[in-house]
Amino acid sequence: MTDPTAPPVTAALGGDPGTPGRGAAPADDRPVIAPPVKAAPGGQARSAPLIGRDGEPTIFEMSVPGRYAWSFPRTDLPEWSASELVPVEYLRPAPLELPEVSERDLVGHMTRLTHRQYSVDLGAYPLGSCTMKYNPKACDDAASLPGLAAVHPTAPASLTQGWLELLWRLGNILCEITGMSAVTLQPPAGAAGELTGLLLMRAWHEARGDRRTKVLIPDSAHGTNPASVSLGGYQTVTIPTDHRGLLDMAALADRLDDQVAGIMLTNPNTLGLFEEDIVAIAQAMHGAGGLLYYDGANLNAILGVTRPGDMGFDIVHLNLHKTFAVPHGGGGPGAGPVAVSPRLAQFLPGPLPVKADDGSFDWYTPEHSIGRIHSWHGNALALARAYTYILLNGGDGLRRVAEGAVLNARWLRQQLEGIYDMPFDRPNLHEFVTSTSTLKRHQGLRALDVAKRLLEEGFHAPTVYFPLIVEEALMIEPTETESPQTLQALADALLRIATEDGEEARRAPRTTPVGRVDEARAARRLIPTWDAREHPLS
Amino acid sequence: MGHYVPHTDGELATMLASLGLSSLDQLFDCIPAALRLARGLDMADGLSEPDTLEALAGLAGRNHADLVCFAGAGAYDHGVPSATRALPFRSEFVTAYTPYQPEVSQGVLQALFEYQTMVARLAGLPIANASLYDGAAATVEAVNLAGAATGRETMWVSGGLHPHWRAVLRTYAAGSGHRLVDVGLRNGVTDWSLVTDGEKEPPGALVVASPNYLGCLEDIGAARSVADANGARLVVAADPVSAGLLRSPGEQGADVVVGEGQPFGTPLSFGGPYLGLFACRTELVRRLPGRLVGETVDVEGRKAYVTTLRAREQDIRRERASSNVCTNQTLIAVCCMVQLAWLGTGGLRELALRCARATRYTREALLAIPGVEPLVDAPVLREFAIRLPVDPATVVDRLAEDGFLAGVPVGLAQGVVTDEREGHDGLLVAATERRTRAQIDAYAAAMEKALA
Repeated sequence: MTDPTAPPVTAALGGDPGTPGRGAAPADDRPVIAPPVKAAPGGQARSAPLIGRDGEPTIFEMSVPGRYAWSFPRTDLPEWSASELVPVEYLRPAPLELPEVSERDLVGHMTRLTHRQYSVDLGAYPLGSCTMKYNPKACDDAASLPGLAAVHPTAPASLTQGWLELLWRLGNILCEITGMSAVTLQPPAGAAGELTGLLLMRAWHEARGDRRTKVLIPDSAHGTNPASVSLGGYQTVTIPTDHRGLLDMAALADRLDDQVAGIMLTNPNTLGLFEEDIVAIAQAMHGAGGLLYYDGANLNAILGVTRPGDMGFDIVHLNLHKTFAVPHGGGGPGAGPVAVSPRLAQFLPGPLPVKADDGSFDWYTPEHSIGRIHSWHGNALALARAYTYILLNGGDGLRRVAEGAVLNARWLRQQLEGIYDMPFDRPNLHEFVTSTSTLKRHQGLRALDVAKRLLEEGFHAPTVYFPLIVEEALMIEPTETESPQTLQALADALLRIATEDGEEARRAPRTTPVGRVDEARAARRLIPTWDAREHPLS
Repeated sequence: MGHYVPHTDGELATMLASLGLSSLDQLFDCIPAALRLARGLDMADGLSEPDTLEALAGLAGRNHADLVCFAGAGAYDHGVPSATRALPFRSEFVTAYTPYQPEVSQGVLQALFEYQTMVARLAGLPIANASLYDGAAATVEAVNLAGAATGRETMWVSGGLHPHWRAVLRTYAAGSGHRLVDVGLRNGVTDWSLVTDGEKEPPGALVVASPNYLGCLEDIGAARSVADANGARLVVAADPVSAGLLRSPGEQGADVVVGEGQPFGTPLSFGGPYLGLFACRTELVRRLPGRLVGETVDVEGRKAYVTTLRAREQDIRRERASSNVCTNQTLIAVCCMVQLAWLGTGGLRELALRCARATRYTREALLAIPGVEPLVDAPVLREFAIRLPVDPATVVDRLAEDGFLAGVPVGLAQGVVTDEREGHDGLLVAATERRTRAQIDAYAAAMEKALA
């Protein structure tokens, strides 16, 4: 597999290139004549280098005084002046300066910026822990329906029955998927879901007259976990990972006491490994009066296979922008609903959608609600996208998602074994963590160099240097939506890079819109706005 | 159904064989058998795309989305032009992750840099971040920042701040330990003297909204003086559309300016995703929540953008971070940036002016109806509160039958007010640049009928 001229995947897999789609006839054994890689049956989700090699000026540099794009409707209203409308002492002395550009210039500018941006729609994005799967276009159409997008959030329930039903149905499905009994859809992102979960934990303990101070977190946890713990008013106690890549049970027993409010885990954990001691962990936590919080960032691996509720978790957040294909938008918006077991339902943020006996829907706030988490009802259109994705897949399709995600990750890992280090000798689920420690020792090839070289190869990079417990970590999550042909091309690229010298790789990437970026300079000479460029702020 | 798992049966079999497995179920052998779900998920099987979209259209059809909108209260019915509908929804913006690899993320990074510049100008402050979840979340982060910067736990919060934002502040305060002191309104604007005498503990922040929830313009300079007298930071929640006409909060002394960015290019969307605007003074930058994009150069000296001051962020500082914000609202920030560029200098002023004109005309039309009175008298710009002789929620229901979303009931239930005269339930009404004279006349006529 280290040979870059290895036959394309269809031949290697012995598949039938002529039979596309699900339910295809079983593969036959006809020999396949190897075509050039780019023309391999199935194609490859891989981008040619981005075309935006020339720098794009800022929109401010394109401004010409007096030019404009705006257009407002005719209203026939009286044309009062500003000083007739607002006391003059409140009025700004000069207009606020914004770019003055034509619509054509604006469209050109933004379009050229897109040429400088990689995305899932361009090619594979094996960014570990981020579940960068393909986002079905039907979900875009659903979120654009005027009957959803044009509804004011204060419109009473009688005027928004469709929205309430959608949210209610989505909530029920998320409960079924997680094995929980009630859910809030308000948290607008995963980190907000984490904090919501911690505040629920706090409310539950306090309602029992129990004031606890600590929350346990494995050392492989996402960085948001400890930050959320602090904001929840707790102290973080770190539990190490053992030689298996799993939670160290002896350390857990050692650090568990009556000051521990709960533990935050993801399962599979960030190494992609299933915490097989989870039932024992749950028993220990519950025995000590603590709760179990499930970080749903890795839910993609277990859809329809196993459920946090069945493992003993009390609180679960879901990243709908990962598992349920809400596109990530370059860094949001996401959605981070929180589902809970029956004993925590009375504390959920409100209002919640509820179905009445007559089949109508209304809002209701639980008696001991911790309060609002969001201005309105959460990132509603993102929730509608996730609901659309769930309808498209159904229960059968979601199970298929988990199977595809695990199969792809397991298979890709197999291609890299022996070349890249695999620090934990256990079967992974939807992602795996590998390391360039040996490659670094032999030829100076670091994880960062591999990541930057992969950009040249037309793929996005894996997550690097995370989790913190693995040296030179590359965290790879191919997701279920990439074809075997794409995986093969990705494996070929990674194996080709592994033959290279670190010194040379450090010059990468050279085919991207810009080369390696001077991050230290950005922090030293802080230019956070166009206006600061003459006088950096630090 | 699994429409989006591309593998053929043959490919699945070959990949499994290569792993030494004979079934997909065996992929999950590492999960203890007792934990594996012995049944399928209790939900329908997957639908085709047309059937799915028909189901969604059915739900959408049960919402009254075509009402002529006079509701505001933090969510405004502004036009979204074609360019703003099209550009931020290009695949490259929609389906990218957070720009961790700057070499292939210059598009998102530069758009955010331009967004930060525009938001900083709106606020009248030197630095803006790359977005937060919504106005409420931005206010929470501002209060947390002020708490960290001053080491104080008490916060004075104007009763004119959006009641839902105040509710979110209270929720988060259970974790942060902040003590929130509500400061009442008098005749529509915050009366700081209600707390300056009674409160022993100095506040870390004063939080005030202008225009506030009742639409009234606050005296930010006065709030600055109170903040100075108490050694507190001043947090101003500002309406970004009003910024087209009003002096900027930063110029009037705000340390942090927050706001709800929905009015710039985001449809009403039943309340989300919206956009938290956040800007602050230079000396607070090391505590800035969320992401920040900065300009720099690449190895060849070409201009480049990158997320900077990363050492503040939760993925590096972990439990020592003062904010846990990771994923935020980048795509909505790009919408905002495109919309502000589409408006330009003249368009933003024109937008604010047109909102103010429509609001003035609507207010006069409603106040001409017998029994309708102003709830408060302070100057307003794009929204106002009236007192009705009939329960406002009933009025909203009645006007819906005539095709109008009449406004948002406001009053004691929201805990906004202290002045006795304001204790009656009122109706909050907003008119944007989309409202025409004909619509407003018809709305006022329907209101008169509903009150008769």
